Amino acid sequence: MDTGVDLIFKIAIIGVITALLSQLLVNSEKKELGLMVSITGLVVVLFMVVNEINSLFQTIKSVFGL
Amino acid sequence: MIVKIVAIGIVASILAIVLRKEKPEFAAVVGIMTGIVILTMLMDDIQAVLQSIKIASEKAGVEPRYIALLIKIIGISYITQFGSAIAKDAGEGAIASKIDLGGKIAILLLSAPLLFALLNLIIGILP
Repeated sequence: MDTGVDLIFKIAIIGVITALLSQLLVNSEKKELGLMVSITGLVVVLFMVVNEINSLFQTIKSVFGL
Repeated sequence: MIVKIVAIGIVASILAIVLRKEKPEFAAVVGIMTGIVILTMLMDDIQAVLQSIKIASEKAGVEPRYIALLIKIIGISYITQFGSAIAKDAGEGAIASKIDLGGKIAILLLSAPLLFALLNLIIGILP
């Protein structure tokens, strides 16, 4: 339960850091690196979320007998 | 419980608003994660409610097969609504309506045998 709330904050922090880094890189004439940072941040966050989605769906399946 | 859910919702909404300007995709992920956390918190209570419904229907003499079907349909609608709300939040109304359609078809498919059983019963009663 608490880990889930933790994960929300983690995702938000990663988002802020990614936005900051990509802005920095884009402003210093390195657009492609900025894009790379954005994509990497998104992939990291998605990896974190996928496990949670899986566990939620398993729980729903077992509770509702799907 | 409810206070916790409201607090999580408010905090996550503010985080999503902050992120939406710079990185809308992260805002969507925050929304997904919040939905997962709240639903996971609710699961125990939902299970308790379903258990009491099962017990009450057993006392009333309803066939357990039908109650199981009803619970399955409720589960399908929860999952469908979860997915379609996320898609709608991300601005993909078309995908959201397709997810809704999928949920409707799944429910129809589950309830078709029951419907035909009722029809057969009616036809059998008719002279």
